[in-house]
Amino acid sequence: MNDKGKIITGLVIFFIIFTFPFWYNRGKAAPVPEPVMSPIAKKAGACVRDKAYIKAEHMQLLDDWRDTVVRDGMRKMTNKQGQEFEMSLSNTCLECHDNKTEFCDRCHDYASARPYCWDCHIDNPKEKK
Amino acid sequence: MEDSRRTFLKLAGVAALGLTTKPVLDAYASGGGKAPDALVKRGEKALTAKHWGMVIDTRRFTSQADLDPIIAACDKIHNIPKYENKKHEIKWIWSAPYHNAFPDKSNKYMDEHSHYVPFLVLCNHCENPPCVRACPTKATFKRESDGIVLMDFHRCIGCRFCMAACPFGARSFNFRDPQEFIPEINLKFPRRMKGVVEKCNFCAERLAVGKMPACVEASNGAIAFGDLNDPDSNVRHLLHENYTIRRKQSLGTEPSVYYIVGGGGEEEETHG
Repeated sequence: MNDKGKIITGLVIFFIIFTFPFWYNRGKAAPVPEPVMSPIAKKAGACVRDKAYIKAEHMQLLDDWRDTVVRDGMRKMTNKQGQEFEMSLSNTCLECHDNKTEFCDRCHDYASARPYCWDCHIDNPKEKK
Repeated sequence: MEDSRRTFLKLAGVAALGLTTKPVLDAYASGGGKAPDALVKRGEKALTAKHWGMVIDTRRFTSQADLDPIIAACDKIHNIPKYENKKHEIKWIWSAPYHNAFPDKSNKYMDEHSHYVPFLVLCNHCENPPCVRACPTKATFKRESDGIVLMDFHRCIGCRFCMAACPFGARSFNFRDPQEFIPEINLKFPRRMKGVVEKCNFCAERLAVGKMPACVEASNGAIAFGDLNDPDSNVRHLLHENYTIRRKQSLGTEPSVYYIVGGGGEEEETHG
C-alpha cells in the first residue's frame, strides 16, 4: 500500500501518452474542403434534390436508385420541382459532375470515405488521359 | 381482492406498452424504402413484355464470320474485357459448335451445316433459373415483370455458386480487374470489378430506352426478340412456323432462347 506515488506517476504518464494525438494535433485540423462545381453543374443550377439533402444523403439516394433501377426496372424519377431525371450514377450524376477529383474526392478524402462506385461506374475520361 | 387489483393494473400497463410497439415497428419497416418525395417510373419509350424471349434463325448463319459482328456489338456496349488467357475469358454471347451447344441432340452422323457452322449461345434467361436458386445473396434474380434473369453486380460476393448451377456455362467470373483489358470503353455502361460474376442481361438497359438488344440489332434480322407470352408476337409467329430446339431442355430450366434449325444455307433459299 506504499506504491501510491508509483501508481499515480504511472497513471499520469499513461494519460499523457494516451491523449498525445489529441493535444499534438491541436489546431492543425485540415480545413473543410470546398467541392468545386464543374461548369456543366453550375449551368444546370440545381441538383436532382435540394442541396442539403444531397450533401447529407446522396449515398442513400444512390442506394435507393440502385434498387429501383436494377430490381424494379424503374429508371426515371420526377422530383418536387417536376423535373424528370434518369436514375443513373454514370449517366446523370457524372454527366454534370464530370470533375471527380475536385468534386467527389475532396470530401471523400477529408472524411476518409472510400466508396467503390468508380470501380465500375467510369468517371470522366478527361481526367485520366 | 387487493391482489387482483394489482394484477389488473400490471396487465393494463403491459397492454399499454404493447400499443406502442406498432408505431416503432412501422418506423423500422419503412426504413430503406424509396425516397418518399420523388416519383419513380419506367421511361415512356421502354419496351415491355410479360416474358422476353429470343428466336435465333441458325439457317441464316454460314460461318463464324457471320457471328463475329453480333458478338462484337455486345462486347463493345457492355465493356467486356478481352483476355489472352482463355481461363479468364468473359462471355455474354459467344459461339459454340453444335455438339457443345446441344450435347443431348448431337448425333453420330450430322448434316454439314450443323456440324461445321458454330451456334450463337448466350444466357437462356430460363423460366426456372438454377442460378437464381443457387445465389446466396439474391444478387441474381428473375425480374417478375418480364422474365429477364438479371444480376445486381453490387451485391455479388463472387462465390460462383451460380456458375456451378448454370448448365449452359453462361456465366463468367472476373478473376482480374477488367479495367485495363477493355479495348474500347463505353462510358454509358458500367464495367465490372474483380471478384464479380457477370452474364448477359438481355440488354435490359436498352429495352428500358426503347431499343432492341444489341445482338438483335446487329443480326440483320436473323435474331428475333419479343414477348413469348403474347400469341401474336413476332417470336411466337416464328415458333409457330418453324421447327425449333432449345438447349438442354431435358434439365427442365425452360430456356427462353429458341433456335430454328435445318441449315443448308443457300440451298434452303433456292428451294423455298
